[in-house]
Amino acid sequence: MSDSWFVTNLRAIRGRAYPRVIGSKREPSWLFFDITLPILTVSAYAYIYKYMDSPPEFVGYVILGGAMTAFWLNILWAMASQLYWEKEIGNLQLYLIAPISRMSILAGMAVGGLFMTSIRAAATMVIGVAIFGIALSFAEPVMLILVFVVTMVSLYGMGMMFASLYLLLGREAYHLSNLLTEPIYLVSGLYFPVKALGFWVAAGASIVPMTLGLDALRQLFYPMAGSNDAFLSVNTELGILVALCVIFLFLSKYSLAYMEKLGKTTGRLTLRWQ
Amino acid sequence: MFEPKKKKEGKSVTALNSVSLRIERGELFGLLGPNGAGKTTLLKILSTLLLPTTGKAYVAGFDVQKDYHAVRKRINMVSGGEISGYGLLTVKENLWMFTQFYGMKSAVAKQRIDEMLTEFGLADKKDEKVRTLSTGQRQKMNVIRGFVTDPEIIFLDEPTLGLDVNASRVIRDYIVNWVQAKENRTVLLTTHYMMEADELCDRIAIIDDGRILACDTPERLKKLVRMNRTLKLDVSSLKDASNFGSVPGVEHFTSQDDAEKGQTSLKFILTDESAVTEIITEVLRRGARILSLQKTEPTLEDVFIKMVGKGLE
Repeated sequence: MSDSWFVTNLRAIRGRAYPRVIGSKREPSWLFFDITLPILTVSAYAYIYKYMDSPPEFVGYVILGGAMTAFWLNILWAMASQLYWEKEIGNLQLYLIAPISRMSILAGMAVGGLFMTSIRAAATMVIGVAIFGIALSFAEPVMLILVFVVTMVSLYGMGMMFASLYLLLGREAYHLSNLLTEPIYLVSGLYFPVKALGFWVAAGASIVPMTLGLDALRQLFYPMAGSNDAFLSVNTELGILVALCVIFLFLSKYSLAYMEKLGKTTGRLTLRWQ
Repeated sequence: MFEPKKKKEGKSVTALNSVSLRIERGELFGLLGPNGAGKTTLLKILSTLLLPTTGKAYVAGFDVQKDYHAVRKRINMVSGGEISGYGLLTVKENLWMFTQFYGMKSAVAKQRIDEMLTEFGLADKKDEKVRTLSTGQRQKMNVIRGFVTDPEIIFLDEPTLGLDVNASRVIRDYIVNWVQAKENRTVLLTTHYMMEADELCDRIAIIDDGRILACDTPERLKKLVRMNRTLKLDVSSLKDASNFGSVPGVEHFTSQDDAEKGQTSLKFILTDESAVTEIITEVLRRGARILSLQKTEPTLEDVFIKMVGKGLE
């Protein structure tokens, strides 16, 4: 156990990511719930656009948005609420007495969640594209990957920050997650270009990294139509996303340290029976 | 010495009050006390989960508030009735996951887990999902989780709580062998079970209401009541078991009903043996029938009753 702090924490990240990665294999029910159900929602919007004779890329926008919902649900239910559930089952205290950075636990949750959810989102994309015969442009693959990665880091950074804040809430966490589901779908423009909501609403919604990430991805997948429907340019959105990465990662570290200190003072890191 | 205060429904509760305790390296030290005595609070402070309001606590020479990282490198903890881990993982995967939080190399961790699973009789369960384990098997897994990282100091919070005789025996044997196998390994154990504390611990602290009432070896603690006599009476049809404590010569007494058998067991610690006659007279006067009468050697339970004024159960 004389390995460096860095190696120890890398192992901790791998350890915490493992249950999520292996969970995809162990619980095949996700195939139905996490792929079939989003496809049904996406289909509803797609048929509305088709019925209205909208440009074909609109269906592509909806499929991209539908794939992105998997990440937002993962943030709410498997990141934000997670430390609260870990406390309930007694894992939190075991994480906290381990000689590792608390950020490694959150990072492990994020890496595992991102892996698992990426598979689900990719499946939604592939099935959606196949069913509706959508064409996507891969003219800028490096930029596509960069935007996706930065969006995910900032989104999961936000989830890591929520994770510690949710520790304050207890059972109310359920309600907050419910409250943050549909309204965020709306203001982030999951099923339509966020530009349609007007500048100030779109600007406000940009605090959720999914908003700008999705807008940028749409522009990259549909260079012509996407730029007409764009809220901001890809480069501007990427710049803001990078800033959000830094802000959320810093805030998550700070809020977790604060919550741990508060919990250690008030005895709220564990349940009474633990 | 520390006095942490916990909030309870808006009120401040003193969970530990002026506790001063020194545990030597290599000791198997027991904390014995009723529910709410402060045992778990003490363990939480020492394992860096809780901050004392006042005072200082050191583990392996490190301040739990300032040098918590150095403390965490040296400790682990197991609680009775733990449901930690993830049900969809197998026993081996769960244990491996927890070793990763201590930076163990995967190959080393897996080998040690295999060895310990065999030692605990769980080798055939290593590929079973955790959610399929029985309570005893799950607790054995928890104990392996605590020991597999080879800590210098381990905190065991009622590790055999609710387990059957065999599972408890396996865990107790392992604890004793572990602490004896290498110098400077230290165990701090809290327990409800007097026999367990008596059998396992080099020294025991009796704690009640946040205060340490006595701290010594089990033998020396028993000497505290050796000057007294202990009388055990099993009676039937005793409707009122109160006020025996006021009989002259009775220092402490406890009663336990066995509703199934319709019996009551009375236990007296006497300062004067002549009180026996008085007790028997009083029992008969209350319309009860004496089933057995026994004068016993003092046990740790007698020490506990003398110190705390009541039994554990």
